[in-house]
Amino acid sequence: MKFEPWHDPAAKPYVQIEKVTKRFGDFTAVDNVSLSIYRGEFFSLLGGSGSGKTTLLRMLAGFEQPTEGRIFIDGVDMAGIPPYDRPVNMMFQSYALFPHMTVENNVAFGLRQDGVPKDEIRTRVAEMLELVKLTPFAKRKPHQLSGGQRQRVALARSLVKKPKLLLLDEPLGALDKRLREQTQFELVNIQEKLGVTFVVVTHDQEEAMTMSSRIAVMDHGHIAQVGTPTEIYEYPNSRFTAEFIGSVNVFEGNIVESEPDHSLIRSAEAGCDLYVTHAAHLAAGSHCWVAIRPEKVSITKERPADADTGRNVTRGVVREIAYLGDISIYQIDLPSGKRVRATAPNVTRRTELPITWDDEVWLCWRPFAGVVLTD
Amino acid sequence: MRKSRLPMVLLGVGLAFLYLPIVLLVVYSFNDNRSLTVWTGFSLRWYHELLADSQMLEAAWLSLRIAFATACGAVVLGTLAGLMLARFGAFRGRALFAGMISAPLVMPEVIMGLALLLLFVSAEQLVGWPAGRGVLTIILAHITFTMSFVAVVIQSRLVSMDVSLEEAAMDLGARPAKVFFVITLPIIAPAIVSGWLLAFTLSLDDLVITSFVSGPGSTTLPMIVFSSIRLGLKPEINALATIVVAVVATGIALAGFLEARRARIREREESQAGRV
Amino acid sequence: MPAQDPSQSSPVPAGAAAGLPPVAPRTLKDRVLGVTRRLGLTGRGGVILGPYAWLVLFFFIPFLIVLKISVAEPAVGIPPFTKLVEWVDGGLDLHIRFSGFQALFDDDLYLLAYLNSLKIAFVSTLCCLVIGYPMAYAIATAPEKRRGPLLMLIILPFWTSFLIRVYAWMSILKDEGLLNNLLMGLGLIHEPLKILYSDLAVYIGITYSYLPFMILPLYATLEKMDHTLLEAAADLGARPWKSFLTITLPLSLPGIVAGSLLVFIPAVGEFVIPSLLGGSDTLMIGRELWNLFFNSRDWPSASAVAIALLAFLVGPIMIFQHFQGRDQDKGAA
Repeated sequence: MKFEPWHDPAAKPYVQIEKVTKRFGDFTAVDNVSLSIYRGEFFSLLGGSGSGKTTLLRMLAGFEQPTEGRIFIDGVDMAGIPPYDRPVNMMFQSYALFPHMTVENNVAFGLRQDGVPKDEIRTRVAEMLELVKLTPFAKRKPHQLSGGQRQRVALARSLVKKPKLLLLDEPLGALDKRLREQTQFELVNIQEKLGVTFVVVTHDQEEAMTMSSRIAVMDHGHIAQVGTPTEIYEYPNSRFTAEFIGSVNVFEGNIVESEPDHSLIRSAEAGCDLYVTHAAHLAAGSHCWVAIRPEKVSITKERPADADTGRNVTRGVVREIAYLGDISIYQIDLPSGKRVRATAPNVTRRTELPITWDDEVWLCWRPFAGVVLTD
Repeated sequence: MRKSRLPMVLLGVGLAFLYLPIVLLVVYSFNDNRSLTVWTGFSLRWYHELLADSQMLEAAWLSLRIAFATACGAVVLGTLAGLMLARFGAFRGRALFAGMISAPLVMPEVIMGLALLLLFVSAEQLVGWPAGRGVLTIILAHITFTMSFVAVVIQSRLVSMDVSLEEAAMDLGARPAKVFFVITLPIIAPAIVSGWLLAFTLSLDDLVITSFVSGPGSTTLPMIVFSSIRLGLKPEINALATIVVAVVATGIALAGFLEARRARIREREESQAGRV
Repeated sequence: MPAQDPSQSSPVPAGAAAGLPPVAPRTLKDRVLGVTRRLGLTGRGGVILGPYAWLVLFFFIPFLIVLKISVAEPAVGIPPFTKLVEWVDGGLDLHIRFSGFQALFDDDLYLLAYLNSLKIAFVSTLCCLVIGYPMAYAIATAPEKRRGPLLMLIILPFWTSFLIRVYAWMSILKDEGLLNNLLMGLGLIHEPLKILYSDLAVYIGITYSYLPFMILPLYATLEKMDHTLLEAAADLGARPWKSFLTITLPLSLPGIVAGSLLVFIPAVGEFVIPSLLGGSDTLMIGRELWNLFFNSRDWPSASAVAIALLAFLVGPIMIFQHFQGRDQDKGAA
């Protein structure tokens, strides 16, 4: 069975953020945010700098108090509960490993604060170090570890208390690209093994897409969209989300037909009618945009069979080609002046590209490719 | 880009300016002549005279005790003050506090000394405490002006310290007081040691404030030195200066050596970081 | 935190002892947490209270007392001034005299001493800046490994006694001192220069003693400066001297201001240097204050001098605190 508690009306949210606003003086960092996070989720807060994602995380940890609104964790109102009394632990972006303590003592620190018996501390720390594969490094100080190892100590330290909720602030931000990819999967494995609910702050969309059960895209203190990685990518609800995640072609146009099973948009910019197989929920004549991802646009030199319909087919001239190895990115200028981006996998090894600069090409896409956006 | 050598040359000249007087002082402490300018021969006679001067020795012992008590008091108050400025955010009366803590850094000593004396006199009239001036009033006055220096040292260390270390400890269940003692204090320990030494030196060295707030029977070393050199040169003072310089130089050399060794070990460990 | 019945933290079960309606059962841990949390709050308050109370008592109030005594009248006795407020025949009698301040204006001596102190402090500050800037610059641009030891060399003299360093100059500057001997030996002069016990000796003494206070803040700003800025300027065609004037100097302005104030403000009130190196005609206000207090035992006038000196220095001190406060606010943010 798929893990989708957010579709289950009977499921109770584990973390509930209710109309939370945080202001620092005149600056509103988080603006009237409501969110429900379910037990066992790997939830990402994705946004650029200043989007309010870190402030929201710090409010969950208890380092900041909401100016307005309330936060419930497992049904308990967190108002006025200081960080040291919350059933929540955090992994810091800088890792914040205590420099004067060994790895072992760093991991044991949280258990000591709770007065856990010594024997139990020893076994739980050992288990945790085993889990993150750091047993041989138990007696080391943080400066005697590599970046990746430090990251795992930070993870072990924040997990050892079995928190109801683990908050991770840019957990992979300080690692290099290769290590980051590998660690992404490790993080997901550990989360699944322990069943702890994770809330991750990240500015890296790839990271969020790979690891998360759901993503909340944040912008200027607001939540722009909440959904699974697929939903966010395939069905963005706004131009902001569409453009923030991946790259996208957006065509401006007007609704011609608006039916429950399809919509037809006339776009001078695209140079053709856009037929989309979902309802636009807009009256005919309304102004709207249609977003089409570059990989869904196919690029051919031959005239497509259904070119006569005038729907989802247009022509242009290739202006730029970027060869990335696995794929190539084409930039095509339409007669309207609109520049369109299309990507194509390099399926065969070719010494000479079949499409080259200044070629006149046909662009077409399937009816399910487009998404109608209203803002 | 070729770097100009001029600043380095000027630095050398400046350092010579800073050290030449001290070197001369040391050299002439071994001169067997009262004139202090004509070298007549090597001698330790000024050291013998210094060590025979019981008044000077008593004053030195008193100054050391005062400096010790001052440094301990100033470190406690200065650390708390630094903590307040670096970590407590906006508390009521912060501006006044910041003003009061930084003013003694530049306040002319004659003003501080006069103000503190008048306080002690008025307090004695009003509540009968402190009874008379002496060691106690000197220590109170010294703590007041040295704690500012300690606060600056501690505060700048705290500002450069990663706040998330303290947040992490709190997140793992440690209460604020425990966070301070288990995390903050060990990490800023070197700054606390420098703060202590700074307060100790400032107290040991102070003449003006001490003169105002001291009483009969509490004559410190700087007061004796001042009254004796006011009338002209005294070769015993050269001997005293040489001892002070020797103690400081040994201390600094030792600290430098230990620090260099620590840095070497750390560097080696860091270069091997991550390997089993 | 929800408001709590204070009786809940008492060791005796609240309801049973006071006959109150029974309260909801609370575990021991909850109670302990409740109490410590409240203590935690007062703990922060306690931390603030300690240093705050100390400074109010030993720094703030003393100035009020100086202000008070500056308007009292000198008297023969212990302490040597009159009471401001007295009960006379069942009525309150207020004695406020401005004789202390009057003396400041009647006697040229004080005005001259103030002006001369400002002049000496200003010139000495300038000397410190001229000598200290290249030194700070050289250290800041030295290889990183050498900066620490070089900085240590600047701070080192500060750890030796201030008095002793001033004393060292006495033996150098006196008539038959080392400097005169050297100059005469080289044949540059034929009669010893009268430097000791003159204003010039005071300039040298202040510059020498306060030099580290100038270098340290200068170094701090120069060291923080991004050195690629100079490379960028050079790349864009600026000659080194031009880059220095248009990039380095403006960016190090905070250090220049901080260092200058650290030298200037205490130098205005300097006592030790003018009394050891200066002549009997070297007027400086710190010295006059000292004489008024210790020799004339005129406490009200000494207080008036202190208040007037403070009035001169309030401006510079506020600027200094503004710069100092910028670092502090970084900490508070």
